[in-house]
Amino acid sequence: MSTLAVEVRDLSVRLGERTVLEQVSFALPAGAVLAVVGPNGSGKSTLLRTLLGLVPASAGSALVLGYSPGEGPPSAIGYVPQIKTLDRTFPGTSIDLVVSGIRRRWPWRISREERQRALTALELIGAQGLADQAVAELSGGELQRVYLARAAARAPRLIMLDEPATGIDMIGEESIYRFIDACRSEGAVTVIIVTHDLSVSHHHATHVLLLNRRAVGFGSPSAILTEDALGRAYGHKEHLTTARSHV
Amino acid sequence: MFEGLDQAFIQRALAAGILVAWLGSYFGAFVVQRGLSFLGDGLAHAAFGGVALALLLGIEPLWVAVPFTVAVALAITWVRERTRLGADTTVGIFFSVSVALGVVFLSLKRGYTADAFTFLFGSILAVSGVDLWIIALVVVATALAWPLWGRWAYATFDRELALADRLPVTRDDYLLTAYIAVAVVVGVKLVGIVLITAFLVIPAATARLFARSFATMTLVAQGFGVASVLAGLLLSYRLDIPSGASIILVQAGIFFASMTVSQAVRRRSEAASPRA
Repeated sequence: MSTLAVEVRDLSVRLGERTVLEQVSFALPAGAVLAVVGPNGSGKSTLLRTLLGLVPASAGSALVLGYSPGEGPPSAIGYVPQIKTLDRTFPGTSIDLVVSGIRRRWPWRISREERQRALTALELIGAQGLADQAVAELSGGELQRVYLARAAARAPRLIMLDEPATGIDMIGEESIYRFIDACRSEGAVTVIIVTHDLSVSHHHATHVLLLNRRAVGFGSPSAILTEDALGRAYGHKEHLTTARSHV
Repeated sequence: MFEGLDQAFIQRALAAGILVAWLGSYFGAFVVQRGLSFLGDGLAHAAFGGVALALLLGIEPLWVAVPFTVAVALAITWVRERTRLGADTTVGIFFSVSVALGVVFLSLKRGYTADAFTFLFGSILAVSGVDLWIIALVVVATALAWPLWGRWAYATFDRELALADRLPVTRDDYLLTAYIAVAVVVGVKLVGIVLITAFLVIPAATARLFARSFATMTLVAQGFGVASVLAGLLLSYRLDIPSGASIILVQAGIFFASMTVSQAVRRRSEAASPRA
């Protein structure tokens, strides 16, 4: 019997007056790759933020690696946020960013061991050439790879990615999905990826959570990404057409 | 360099100027990078309210100005945490309220209130031994808070990541704002309410033009800050001009010279390696 990496039961989240998630339930086995898909405003990023402990649940419960959100060892989770959250003018290099993931502090000085560990993580993502590049000079794709290296450098048991392919180039996108595929084949790391791209769910995920405030469906990509389920999640026909064109 | 170096008031001015430059530039790196330049201005004006209250009560100004300004700083952070108002709006509200309170306090005081106006423009040459001890104490308190640097910097870079890593970001914000408030108040005696923001902003902004890491930015800002105090005091002594204004004009001179150099360097490097 496989252990569960994430277990969510009747989870509801309210942001102000608005219910963003309503009675969402799913159980994700360890080593799985979950794609969370759904239309804009369906609560995908909120689900991720709730699992990270950044947003409190208004009802229901969640267990992440056996702990309530925000209570387990932080280093066990590697988080790759949307790149729009960071300050691109901040003076720092890729190595600084990766080491910040290891230390959970911004580094004043970096030891030889830390640098080596950060370089190994960058190499894993194929981004070793970016090590001493200023964060401000990185393209969206390069930055996303560095963020992924930052998550990997912690040797996490769970990696959460929030729309990692948004606004990035093809090379960046390919390295991200190559890394996810490697995680999937090794089965040592559980991955949750929030995405707009249904083809990602088809080609790289073991599980799909189709979300539109409520869980429209949870299971294998072939079982969930059906015309009927997509129609229920995306509502309007034109949205469904747009979503399906990515598959 | 200074003929008057053997005089105690010049020694105190130099020591106080160097320490306040060190403090201002250290916190200035956070102020500049978090886009809080207006916070320095707001806190300086809050100090005016504190000084006016102290004069009304007949107490040494710093003893009231420090807690008063820290209280305003915490209130600014509290309102920002609980509303969707931007930092500039929140600071603007407290800025005006503090000045209004200061005017009311001064109006309630009978007699001469020249002391309040010396705080408007400051006087580094009038720094007393007690002032110097207070500044030194603040420097020691800042050094003791050194373990917070990495957390403050991390949240400055990406608040969401710091929160996801379970850092006490909100508590750290309160602490950082309180420290900035104290640094501003002790600096007000030197260069005045009107000019103290320059100590926070200009050296850090200058360092930002060159620095490739936040640690370097902090160190270079402190170097520029201290150098500006030394050069500014020398100019003030030689040209017989107000010392606070002289220091800030030197800071501005270094900033514009650095900007010219950094842009020339960037143009040269872009010409050498054009991007596709």
